[in-house]
Amino acid sequence: MSEARKEIMGRIREALKTPSPKPHLKGQSSKVTGKAWLPEVGDTHAHTMALLSDNLAKLKASFHPVENLDQAIALVKDLAQKKNWKNIAYHKNELVTPVALAIDGTAWAVDDAFSKDKLEAADVGLTSCVSIVAQFGAILVSSETSGGRGLSILPPVHVVIAKADQVVPDLAACFEQINVQFGGKMPSMLSFITGPSRTGDIERILVLGAHGPKELYLILVR
Amino acid sequence: MSDSKSIFIKEATLTSADGEQRQFIRTALGGYYKNRDIYQARYRDWELARDAASLAKWSAVNNLADVLEKFVAKFESNGGKVHWARDAAEARKIILDLVAKANATAVIKSKCMTTEEIHLNDALEKAGFGVVESDLGEFIQQLRGEAPYHFVFPCMHLKREAISELFTKHLGTAPTDSPEELTMIARRHLRKLYITADVGITGANFLVADTGQISITENEGNARLTAAMPRVHIALSGIEKVINTIDDLTVLLPMLATAGAGQPMTCYNTLYAGPKKPGELDGPEEFHLVLLDNARTQILADPEQRDSLHCIRCGACLNVCPIFKNIGGHAYGTTYQGPIGSVITPHLRGLKDWNHLSGASSLCGACTDACPVRIDLHHHLLQNRRNAAKVVPNLFDRVFHGTFNFVIQRPALFSLGGKVFRKTFGLLKHLPVPYLGTWLKSRDLPAIPQKSFREVWKDSKNV
Repeated sequence: MSEARKEIMGRIREALKTPSPKPHLKGQSSKVTGKAWLPEVGDTHAHTMALLSDNLAKLKASFHPVENLDQAIALVKDLAQKKNWKNIAYHKNELVTPVALAIDGTAWAVDDAFSKDKLEAADVGLTSCVSIVAQFGAILVSSETSGGRGLSILPPVHVVIAKADQVVPDLAACFEQINVQFGGKMPSMLSFITGPSRTGDIERILVLGAHGPKELYLILVR
Repeated sequence: MSDSKSIFIKEATLTSADGEQRQFIRTALGGYYKNRDIYQARYRDWELARDAASLAKWSAVNNLADVLEKFVAKFESNGGKVHWARDAAEARKIILDLVAKANATAVIKSKCMTTEEIHLNDALEKAGFGVVESDLGEFIQQLRGEAPYHFVFPCMHLKREAISELFTKHLGTAPTDSPEELTMIARRHLRKLYITADVGITGANFLVADTGQISITENEGNARLTAAMPRVHIALSGIEKVINTIDDLTVLLPMLATAGAGQPMTCYNTLYAGPKKPGELDGPEEFHLVLLDNARTQILADPEQRDSLHCIRCGACLNVCPIFKNIGGHAYGTTYQGPIGSVITPHLRGLKDWNHLSGASSLCGACTDACPVRIDLHHHLLQNRRNAAKVVPNLFDRVFHGTFNFVIQRPALFSLGGKVFRKTFGLLKHLPVPYLGTWLKSRDLPAIPQKSFREVWKDSKNV
């Protein structure tokens, strides 16, 4: 153990010999464990989906619920044509691969070794996700299952293709699922993406696409 | 008077006299108030949420030794390496050594106030390593060679014209008055740097003990890129950032966003557990975390103010503070501005030179009400005033209160004193009485009555 560690831990243990009182709480202190204070999520599937749609709209993310994978393919193909996406980076996945390969352009998978410059030159990154939190419109991606760390942040456009059953109502449910799915072996990165990249650093005026994607699409397959 | 105090007075006087700048700050904060209110109202119970956030931090801080041990063991089992720094100099040395070992030619940084606290950029530059801030606000401040104005909104004091001029001067870009175009200039400039940098330096908002992850909150995606592209990722964090479980983030992530920026959740909230794992496609080969004490254990040792370690650096207390809004962020001369900065800076840098910050408060308590983790900020400012009086007793206070105590207990002396005082009252403005000069700059001394209250009372009975 390093000397610094020993000394700091010693200072901490010494300091904590004097207890400090619990904070003054407004509610019944013993009851403050639940998540009952978070924004409403409703109790039916329809509620959850409506909330998700509303949140994504407020975040200026583009939301497209579709009936099946064929519709998803047609939709993205059409978007690619309109937006002129030619260089398509994706990761191999049962939902993502068929969509990426159908686009009229050059699609390449990050699963094979790639250079950072190549990824930087991509027009769009196509990924799957772990789950989607309706309560905030947050999309959870992981370095293990969503194409690594760079794919969902470096290209100027991010398209997420997911299944409707990946939508969870709230953050609490999402963390519960993370614990079940990854248990003691967390991926090296788990990231909640809540809308396209943004900044308000200049005069507190909102600008999209500060460093990450300027556009975010969620294609949700029923 | 300490240097820091005289600088404070000078800066505060200048800024508070600049009505246009004050109005600009108010306008800039206007959007924040509006959105904060909208998103706070969406909580089923914001007050209960504050309770939960406060308890989450309280239980971690009051078991700091155990929670830290647990975190460190888990973090290292994830493949990260932990370094301990007792003070700023030790933290700088650790990071410089890591950067040198990585043979780094370029270093990219995302926003981290703890690196400001230890003056990391200066140290890196002196050692010959180019370092670039990637958060837009910090990037602008770095180009200006100026400290952040606000620890969440670093360049909120600047108008777009000033930023455009700055970019023209340093980056050779054409002038523009569009915030969008200015943002894109920075975006284009920095993208190359993420790819060429060998080392990425970030902060950490939370250290999650049960999973060994560090959590980083941001909006721009620059921290994501900083932790994704370079070969080595170094994170610097105060030891007080640790929390017990990943479930605590259920409350802390949304509250940080709503209190800090008026958002439901910020754009990116990312949890890192170790470097690139086998089977993962990209990511850094090394992941280092530097845990910094730098007087945090001193705050911990003060049970009265221990809760100031609950701070999640959201900046809500600055945004509502009438003093901050009037004197601006630079007058403080501290890494952390506003009420929380005024509370903790005397602990970090010494009460003797920094106790004047305890007076930079109207004690209105707006900060305490705004704090998502219920830090008793305005009472801590009072406690700092009390503590300062013990450390550096003010001569005037001692003489004045001593004399008053003596006289008030002796009616005859009090009566005589009153007579003398009434006769000499007019001379008061010529005497060097503390604060009176400032008071009289814009006010007249009131006329003094000829008789004392007791005399008037006696006369009225005789009528």
